Amino acid sequence: MKSSLTTNIGSLTLERPTILASGILGISLDVFKRLHNAGAGAVVTKSLSKEPWEGYPNPTIFSIKGGGWINAVGLSNPGAETFARMIEPNTDVPIIVSLVGSVEDDFEYMIKKFEKCNVSAYELNLSCPHVAKVGLEIGDDIELVSKIIKRVKSVTDVPIIAKVGLGKSDYLETVGAAVSSGVDAITAINTVRAMAIDVETQMPILSNKIGGLSGTPIKPIALRCVYEIASKFDIPIMGCGGISSWEDAVEFILAGSSAVQFGSVMGDHWVETFGEINSGIQNYMERKGYATIGEMVGKAKRQ
Amino acid sequence: MKWLEKQRDSNHPHICVIDKIIDETPTVRTLYFKDSILANVLPGQFAMVWIPGVNELPMSVMVSDIDDQAALTVRKRGESSTALYNLSVGQQIGVRGPYGNSFEIKDGKILLIGGGTGLVPLMRLIKFSNPSNHITVLMGSQTKNEVFFEETAKKLLVKNSHEIIPVTEDGSYGEKGYVTDILENLLEKNSYDAIYTCGPELMMYKTVQMAQKKGIFVQASLERMMKCGVGICGSCCVNDDLACRDGTIFDGDHLSKKSEFGHSHRTKSGILEEI
Repeated sequence: MKSSLTTNIGSLTLERPTILASGILGISLDVFKRLHNAGAGAVVTKSLSKEPWEGYPNPTIFSIKGGGWINAVGLSNPGAETFARMIEPNTDVPIIVSLVGSVEDDFEYMIKKFEKCNVSAYELNLSCPHVAKVGLEIGDDIELVSKIIKRVKSVTDVPIIAKVGLGKSDYLETVGAAVSSGVDAITAINTVRAMAIDVETQMPILSNKIGGLSGTPIKPIALRCVYEIASKFDIPIMGCGGISSWEDAVEFILAGSSAVQFGSVMGDHWVETFGEINSGIQNYMERKGYATIGEMVGKAKRQ
Repeated sequence: MKWLEKQRDSNHPHICVIDKIIDETPTVRTLYFKDSILANVLPGQFAMVWIPGVNELPMSVMVSDIDDQAALTVRKRGESSTALYNLSVGQQIGVRGPYGNSFEIKDGKILLIGGGTGLVPLMRLIKFSNPSNHITVLMGSQTKNEVFFEETAKKLLVKNSHEIIPVTEDGSYGEKGYVTDILENLLEKNSYDAIYTCGPELMMYKTVQMAQKKGIFVQASLERMMKCGVGICGSCCVNDDLACRDGTIFDGDHLSKKSEFGHSHRTKSGILEEI
């Protein structure tokens, strides 16, 4: 039996379930094409804001011994308008555009900039842990989450995904607000607030001091979140957090993800990661007798 | 306890103490420090250099005469490079790496063409080059005061037949003009087995074009805005390549297919702008 890697995340159909997570490599259409050719089912762009942002000075990234990264890039991005012009020629790569903003007007403004582009979905970054007034501060404000999602749903027919993370309030309440406001899918989770101090110089290493932890250290936490969301809500999920092998990807699918996002792993394994994880998932499906990804989604939850 | 001893992680800033500083020109210094890993990197590889409390910069690793001593050559330009330049003996920096690929070393008649601190990886390339190679070094700078590494190159080339040609834009020392003008003259008279270049991008672009036209193997080391150094952040992309991971060294054949080489680079926010 030939198993199919095609997956449906609500109305969004992707040929493969492996997606480049936001913040990783996401500023060049040529790089998107390369990743798509390497096996990525879709790519999520860097989070775009109304105006260009330079981000923080270096060091913006710190490597954890034994695996994982803490980053505080500071959402550097060329701004929605410039970025939209850059991806306008795109025809074949499924691009999910990630957006950050402070109020619902910001999101409407940015979505309008992409009207001429072939956008597969918008992912609202409600959970960046290292930039004030956007990201997690929005995700923690349940009323604002509802307002933003209702507004973007009223201005576009493109699927809307909310990316949630672990902030000050219960992330399940944020998911609940997003679901009841009509969101099409959830990405869980973002990086987790963290830091690192150098003992010789006795200084925080990241220029922003606090950053977001990603990679293998957060995988069990992210998996638990996906499982909890899948158990509580009837909403398509993209699992994200520390996925670095096909086994990790399958775990997330069994927990309730229809697709998986990753990026930190590429610091070690580079673009080949997509092909390796895709073929690992496919071999597993053939061995276990699954024809489609959909048959596996949430399997661990139902047992 | 042995099992608690820290294993060095190449992605982790390793703290080093500066133990010697040499002024190369009024604006360029070489900082020396003990580090057995960076001391032995391949020619063209770079390190991410943390100036605590200031910034972290990608820097090509310079050679040193002393075993296990590493070196960085810095020109004071912006706030961060000036902070690195202004460090004193005894102060600390953090280094991670090495990152990036290295020059593919060919034998025969070799030509190196560099400008400013772009000469750093070329000095390391000389160190790795076979003593039977004939090596020509074109060193570009604006004016006499800013010529450096002439003595360093002489020392490194003591076993090689060689010629070192300093070129200044104002003609105050060596040949007058741009290094690429001198290169053009040399290519009319001589043939070479390989050309290696590092420095201002337009200089490298012209060099690659001239070498390609003559069918000479050529490699250039590209510089781009860099944040992570490990191929995650995407800041240093050149079309579909990441300078940090696929480069920084690229062949002329590869570069001639890249529309951004010699034309545009990205700003801190990722906006593509003309060079």
